[in-house]
Amino acid sequence: MSTASPDLVLSTAPFVREGATTPRIMAEVLGAALLVTLAACWNFGIGALLTVASATAGAAGTEWLFSRSETPSRLRDYSALTTGVLLGLTLPPSMPLWMAFVGGAAGIGIGKLIWGGLGQNLFNPALVGRAFLQAAFPTAITTWSPPVEPGGIFSLPKSLLAAPFSSAAVDAVSTATPLGLAKFESQIAAIGPLFIGNISGSLGETSAALLLLCGIWLGARRIFDWRLPVSTLLSVAVLSGILHYLSPESTPPPLFMLFSGGLFFGAVFMVTDPVTTPTTPRGAWLFGIGVGVLVVLIRLYGGLPEGVMYAILLMNAVTPHLNRLTQRRPFGV
Amino acid sequence: MSAAPALASRSRTFRGGVHPHEQKESTHALPIERMPFVSEYVLPLSQHIGAPSRAVVEVGEKVQRGQMIAAPAGFVSVALHAPVTGRVTAIGLRLHPNGRMMPSIVIATDPLDSQRVPEAQPVDPARLTAKEMVALVQNGGLVGLGGAAFPSHVKFQVPEGRQMQSAVINGCECEPYLTCDHRLMVERPETVVRGAEIIMAQIGAERGYIGIEDNKPDALAALRAVAPASIEVVSLKVKYPQGAEKLLIDAIFRKEVPAGGLPLDIAILVNSVATTAALADLVDRGIPLIERIVTVTGPAIARPRNLMVPLGTPLSAVIEHCGGLLPGAHQVVLGGPMMGMAQKSLEVPTIKGASGILCLDRKSAVPLREYACIRCGRCLEACPMRLNPTRLAHLARAEWVDELEAHQLMNCFECASCSFVCPSRIPLVQWLRMGKAMLRNRKESS
Repeated sequence: MSTASPDLVLSTAPFVREGATTPRIMAEVLGAALLVTLAACWNFGIGALLTVASATAGAAGTEWLFSRSETPSRLRDYSALTTGVLLGLTLPPSMPLWMAFVGGAAGIGIGKLIWGGLGQNLFNPALVGRAFLQAAFPTAITTWSPPVEPGGIFSLPKSLLAAPFSSAAVDAVSTATPLGLAKFESQIAAIGPLFIGNISGSLGETSAALLLLCGIWLGARRIFDWRLPVSTLLSVAVLSGILHYLSPESTPPPLFMLFSGGLFFGAVFMVTDPVTTPTTPRGAWLFGIGVGVLVVLIRLYGGLPEGVMYAILLMNAVTPHLNRLTQRRPFGV
Repeated sequence: MSAAPALASRSRTFRGGVHPHEQKESTHALPIERMPFVSEYVLPLSQHIGAPSRAVVEVGEKVQRGQMIAAPAGFVSVALHAPVTGRVTAIGLRLHPNGRMMPSIVIATDPLDSQRVPEAQPVDPARLTAKEMVALVQNGGLVGLGGAAFPSHVKFQVPEGRQMQSAVINGCECEPYLTCDHRLMVERPETVVRGAEIIMAQIGAERGYIGIEDNKPDALAALRAVAPASIEVVSLKVKYPQGAEKLLIDAIFRKEVPAGGLPLDIAILVNSVATTAALADLVDRGIPLIERIVTVTGPAIARPRNLMVPLGTPLSAVIEHCGGLLPGAHQVVLGGPMMGMAQKSLEVPTIKGASGILCLDRKSAVPLREYACIRCGRCLEACPMRLNPTRLAHLARAEWVDELEAHQLMNCFECASCSFVCPSRIPLVQWLRMGKAMLRNRKESS
């Protein structure tokens, strides 16, 4: 026959694929997180960028160190970078940079690599990093500096550049977060600033409005399972609504619970980590509800003013069980 | 006011599944053309599920177009017929599209013959007993033309004591790129309906249903114009794999075929529109299965077409007739892009199950870089059988056969929706195929 077969390639079906790839998914989350980083710079000054960069350097450096021999580099899947940036955004402004670096290294090292790398870890690596810092540097991670004055974007808090293991004095100007005020002083902040974000808190958590936009964007592009953040926020709103209705004096209103602290940040960037959350649709609902209930319980009845980190880590721990519990009935069975 | 009828005519579908790009624009409006005869045809004795046919001609023998050249070898087996008038030049091993050397009959075309089918004997189905009808279909070489090539007569033999209720005709054509069923429905709707009536009479079903995805409004209209009251033309949502028979039944009747069972178990029989039309041609015109409609398409073919191709025509000749492969051609797939088979050589013949010849270029081919599973759960949402593909792939990798069975692996019909959505490009369906092979091996050895 005249048609000489060209070098045809053999492979198995399917021969078409959907567009999203794992690096692409990570990159889109990373992009949204960088947007939040920009907002943090506007709110807390250029130091926010340095904190995020340090945490990312710690995370990416650790990933690189333990996968040097692999080509192409594992950094190419963007997951370690994403972990680093997200960790950085959960830290308070003016936390010494070297601590942020250590947090990034701990997050990737203890949170991901020892489990077997991407996809194998039980706990959210960024939150493992943060939990490590909470245990190691309890003062530094609960010292909140207020948003910078207009024009003060380029001023750096002194404590940021403290040398490792020096007992550097924490910045003189410190303040309480809205959740701290609510817990210890029974003061409820106005909802408007909470939503817009010109308040004190961790770098990435202050603007519920921006986080909502990021969440809608990522959810609409099907980067994450929308059920996870929606069930988390819904369960916080419903449970705190009921409690507020029962005793309006002693519990804050649901809108305050929704927009304060790390809830929106956790709902958009942490609860949505595919690796550490259930794969089944019903499991996703249960996971979100569990996180919401734990957040409310810790905030209202626990010793800490904020509970998003522990709520998510605790639910991470039961994720395999949720997957097993929520297996679907196969077709025709 | 108009809300009620809109609701009533809303397209139905199943749960799960995926939405690949349809890619049907380049051929869905092209009328079926006839592929010219070539000088040589290769007819593998195994073009269907079941025992290979048994050759009943000898080397050197002259054969007529439409003459039986191989007989069924058992009940789950069908006859094979000469696609041209000519001479048998060889009976031996030839390359099959499945990648193996398979026993085949080679026929050299008689260049002087007009290639008209000798007047075969049309039959009146009303005068045949059900048993005679089954034999007619088996000797007519009819198999499911949707791709699986399961012998049709086996399905037409209703076990004693069973009362069938519905005959479903599958016009979904949910595979991307393919348009051969679409063209058949638009150009020969009467034949499809006639075949449906023959099936209904044969199995004793009172109702017929023709399911068509709503991206083919012209096919829906053409069939609605000729369908009698006993046959309902059902509009279905465009979704892959809508054409899988269990999902088609689920969409039309909201009923699930039991796992491990057949549509027969809930008194339903499904056949594709192509098989149904071939049945009408066999009964009314006496023409056995000697040719089929093939969609030749894809970004790497010069002139995409819908062709009526005699069985046994080499892919190279069909591709040449369509202007040849374009520079940069990377893969040639027999069938659709979701479930078809890639070919290394174009010297393989067109077989009964070949619905398409898909020519892909480098750009449309799938990159092979694989990443770790991030447990995103997309494969679970895509799986129409509601299995857990990523878990099953994991178990298959570990060769944990008991667990594979416990996780209902045998319900997988390899639609490849899981591989299609996987962002880490894990060849999930390939692992599932291997897992199924492990289960089969264990069954055979025990």
